[in-house]
Amino acid sequence: MSAPATTTAMRGAIAFTRARPGALIALLVLSVIAVAAVLAPLIAPQDPFDLASFDILDAELPPAWQEGGEARFPLGTDAQGRDLLSAMLYGARISLVIGFLAVLIQAAIGISLGLLAGYFGGRLDGFVTRLADIQLALSTLMMAIVAMALVRAGLGGEALSLFAIPLLVIVIGLAEWPIFARTARAAVLVEVTKDYVRAARALGDSDWTIMRRHVLPNVLSPLIIVATTQVAGAIMAEAALSFLGLGMPVTKPSLGTLIRSGYDLMFAGSWWVTVLPGLILIAVLISINVLGDGLRDWLGPRRGAR
Amino acid sequence: MPSARAGDPIREFTGQAVSESERADLRKELGLDRPWPVQFADYLGGAARGDLGTSFIYKKPTVDVVLAKFPASFELVLGASLIVLLLCVPAGVYCAVRPDRLGARLILGLSVLGISVPVFLTGIVLITVFSVWLGWLPAFGRGETAALGPWTTGLLTRDGLAHLLLPALTLSSIMLPLFVRLVRSAMLGELDHDYVRTAWAKGASPFRVWIVHALRNALLPLVAVGGLQAGTLVAYTLLTETVFQWPGMGFLFLEAVTRSDIPLITTYLVLVGLLFVVVNTLVDLASLALDPRVSLEGAR
Repeated sequence: MSAPATTTAMRGAIAFTRARPGALIALLVLSVIAVAAVLAPLIAPQDPFDLASFDILDAELPPAWQEGGEARFPLGTDAQGRDLLSAMLYGARISLVIGFLAVLIQAAIGISLGLLAGYFGGRLDGFVTRLADIQLALSTLMMAIVAMALVRAGLGGEALSLFAIPLLVIVIGLAEWPIFARTARAAVLVEVTKDYVRAARALGDSDWTIMRRHVLPNVLSPLIIVATTQVAGAIMAEAALSFLGLGMPVTKPSLGTLIRSGYDLMFAGSWWVTVLPGLILIAVLISINVLGDGLRDWLGPRRGAR
Repeated sequence: MPSARAGDPIREFTGQAVSESERADLRKELGLDRPWPVQFADYLGGAARGDLGTSFIYKKPTVDVVLAKFPASFELVLGASLIVLLLCVPAGVYCAVRPDRLGARLILGLSVLGISVPVFLTGIVLITVFSVWLGWLPAFGRGETAALGPWTTGLLTRDGLAHLLLPALTLSSIMLPLFVRLVRSAMLGELDHDYVRTAWAKGASPFRVWIVHALRNALLPLVAVGGLQAGTLVAYTLLTETVFQWPGMGFLFLEAVTRSDIPLITTYLVLVGLLFVVVNTLVDLASLALDPRVSLEGAR
């Protein structure tokens, strides 16, 4: 990367956050949570996945600031005596990892198919568009619920808990590729008529080179916007599945699992096991959506400007 | 490693105290010892005659078990849809015609919140505030219901309606923001058209321009998108029913999943698929009736 390009990007980023203070706050909140989640093994007081590291006698202790709380457990404990702060750090880590990996799969499938469909057109285009329509008509969340339910009913809860992360990534990843495919196709259709593509073709570049070197970099900005909101969608889908008992098991809780396990205790007064992970989840989702909206206004075509 | 019998319906069916030979007998009786292609052919034969099997849990035909739960789910969706329909059009139109007002910004801000908060958390928050803190509304179940022939309704009793309010609000909270944004962007699109400019030029009142001219055209995509959202609505209904222990089809489905009641699971899926086809057909017919440009003859 050359220096001027970097400074342009920097200036763009600064202007972006100046124009939209909401997006800056969202970015900050998201960075804090993401860094905490990445560093979870270093900063968490205990390993919430290691059954030997906590004691059932510590179960359902309130946060340290409440009466009966202990300084050992700043945010209290869950029904099994697990330190809630540690569980939330590791849980956020699982939720974010599943969200990002699922969107990577969506993007890989969707962008490839959309690029090919937009570039070659014709029958391939018709086929991909139909396939995308069919996939979109079946709601993602419903497909994911059905898929996870069948795995659970067929193989049992034990198998589900062993392969929960890869299964969730694949199920959520496969279900939403059409969003990327449509966006990529629409952008490619505009690009392929431009002179630089014709020039590249005249110079004898192969289709593969033109798609990869020339077209793809020019269609990236709408795809980045889509990717942002898709991450929020994937994280929400994972939380919903875990809440239904079809996602991460209680032995390896994600934020959704924690909310579910706390929901059973909530009316007995142990509000923190549900409320605190719920707040983190909402903070993550709102931040991503606000950031996505900001990016859309910033990078997208100016709609409604008058 | 998962045991070979995990997800085995016989084990779910019998519990621990039953001997291996009794299990084998039961397996034979239920026909589960036959090769799977035979079982599948048998299933298809039954399905063609409207028999989708017998539930392991309820020991009754699965179609009856699932359909008995249909009124509860239907009334929940109906309640939520009414809330969405009554609110999304005024809110969306307002945001489109007065984009700079504080109210419009507030509505759009709230819509980001609505989209970002998972439906089960909305439900938990509503229960905490209105049931636990204020004690105004019941949190669980359907309350008192009245029977109208085979249909049990909660819409005719005060208690039933009180039970419906929180789940319906929860379910609408996730659909409403989407539809407000949809109405808003469709309206914004229409307001740019020449016919709107002409209407202004001839001195039509704002009400006439916005409601009679623009809104009519803006509502067309609403119907189409409404149909596409049917599947998502089923998923959100499932989540809402879980939070409120609403005795509907989704709640039943999850019970069937945790207890490996495979005939019940497949029946639910078949019936939901059927429902999906019916809804989408109705949506297609509705857009045919509403939009003169659409025809059954196909493109061109």
